[in-house]
Amino acid sequence: MSSPAIELDGITKTYGRTTALDGLNLRVGRGELVGLLGPNGAGKTTAIKLVLGLVHPTRGSGRVLGAPLGDRAARARIGYLPELFRYQTWLRAREVLILHAELAGMAPGGRPSAADEALDRVGLTERAGDPVSGFSKGMQQRLGLGVALLGQPDLILLDEPTSALDPIGRTHVRAIVRAARDRGATVILNSHLLTEVERVCDRVVILHRGRTIAAGPLDEVVAADGVRLRVSNLDAAGNAALARFGPVSVDGEWHSIRPLDASRIPEVVAGIVAAGGRVHAVEPGPGSLEARFLELVTEPSEEIR
Amino acid sequence: MIVIARLTVRELVRRRVVWVLAGLTILSVALVAWGLDRLVSLARDDGTTELQIRIGVSQVLILIAFMFSFVLAMTAAFVGAPAIGGDLESGVALAILARPLRRVEVLLGRWLGSAAVVVAYTASSGLLAIAVATQISGYGPPDPFLAILFLSGQALVLLTLTLALGSVLPSIAAGAIAVVAFGLGWMAGVLAGVAAAFGVELLGRVAEVSRWIFPSDGLWRGVIYGLEPPLVLLLANGNAPRFADANPFYATTPPAIPFVAWSMIWIGLVLGVAGWWFERRDL
Repeated sequence: MSSPAIELDGITKTYGRTTALDGLNLRVGRGELVGLLGPNGAGKTTAIKLVLGLVHPTRGSGRVLGAPLGDRAARARIGYLPELFRYQTWLRAREVLILHAELAGMAPGGRPSAADEALDRVGLTERAGDPVSGFSKGMQQRLGLGVALLGQPDLILLDEPTSALDPIGRTHVRAIVRAARDRGATVILNSHLLTEVERVCDRVVILHRGRTIAAGPLDEVVAADGVRLRVSNLDAAGNAALARFGPVSVDGEWHSIRPLDASRIPEVVAGIVAAGGRVHAVEPGPGSLEARFLELVTEPSEEIR
Repeated sequence: MIVIARLTVRELVRRRVVWVLAGLTILSVALVAWGLDRLVSLARDDGTTELQIRIGVSQVLILIAFMFSFVLAMTAAFVGAPAIGGDLESGVALAILARPLRRVEVLLGRWLGSAAVVVAYTASSGLLAIAVATQISGYGPPDPFLAILFLSGQALVLLTLTLALGSVLPSIAAGAIAVVAFGLGWMAGVLAGVAAAFGVELLGRVAEVSRWIFPSDGLWRGVIYGLEPPLVLLLANGNAPRFADANPFYATTPPAIPFVAWSMIWIGLVLGVAGWWFERRDL
């Protein structure tokens, strides 16, 4: 059985007094398309940079494509689109790709065709001879995506790949990412756009304060049983009564309790009424990834893996 | 490493740095030609002897070389500071360093490419100025190639320091520190000479140590030695060589072989330390 594409075991990364990763555990299997989620400062970009050896762990260890983190031979099989994507503005688009083909160790004869293939995949064939300095931010992001896909890498790390793209571009990126997964590549998609992740990813990993707080197939992470209720007249005692059933997140009059066994919903409603509250709506079942994400990152959470 | 070196040269060509340097070379050589022509013509009209003219031209050439060494220091700082630091600040380095190459290869490649451009500029500009001066005045320095060699060495010392600092500090700070170091190195050289002339042992020792810590000024002495006419050396050596050495525009002897060897080792050491640091740095 082949080793996982990425294994991070108890990785801690500190920058002075700031802890970016706090004992992070992460495992991504070969051929998976994984969404890496988390609020700002959760440690997503640091985790990706660790895999590439761009930052070094303070504690803990890990492996990428069966080799130690940052291993040079492994890096030859990784494509990477950084969050802060910048390419040599004085080069032409095709030259950037040929340069990266050379840096990736591709044979000289194969570099032009690999560059042209990557340009075609990201829709930049017609701009291949244009200087990067004239590219819009969205086009530079497409070029960065082309660089990441160059030479059909085994592992593709995309840090916010659609941040500068219009809706058409995002649709295109979804198709590109799916195609990469279909040919057997492992793809990590780090994004704030939860709907993007929801549409393409098989699995999601949610980071918060440098730790994994949820990981698993999308439907499992989102489908934690629970209930969403619209409640009024709920005082502090009523809120305390609700908290007895499980972790509560509040958005205006809407209160979510998750995880919660569906059989306990009548009990919750009775509790609210007994506490003087009025129940206007009850929505049992799983929420959206966004709702689940908000619940997880706005409450103290135990690591679940 | 060679890929990065080629990329660096291509960058300096595409970003018009090479063309600007070529333009500056033509402009500065034209000014040198015009100035020397005027000086020599006026001196000849005044009835100044050819020997006096040649000694005068030799000293003007040394002053021009001094100005040029300052221009080179600036060029080295401007080319070296952003070579690594600029790429780190802009984010270009992230995509490059994620590729299967060692960071030290990037550092050495950047150094090699920048060094090629700086040395080519030094050699072409310096030799052209000397050739023009020789043509106009009839005076040719005793060893122009030695002078250019040391001038290139001085520029490489500056480039190395700037590029190395740029791999661990913001590029603007790296450039500023290197230029200040160049100035301090020159001052240390002057002080070492003054201390030797007046027998101030402690000052002499401190200045001498600083000259070895940053070998820029020691190499400058090699430039002067290559440009100084034998007659001036003879006179200076015959009278009071201690006092002659206190003058930053005189050199009665070439830099010692151990110092030249140390300068080369210094470049290697600085690049080595920078490479070691750069490998361990979080990006």
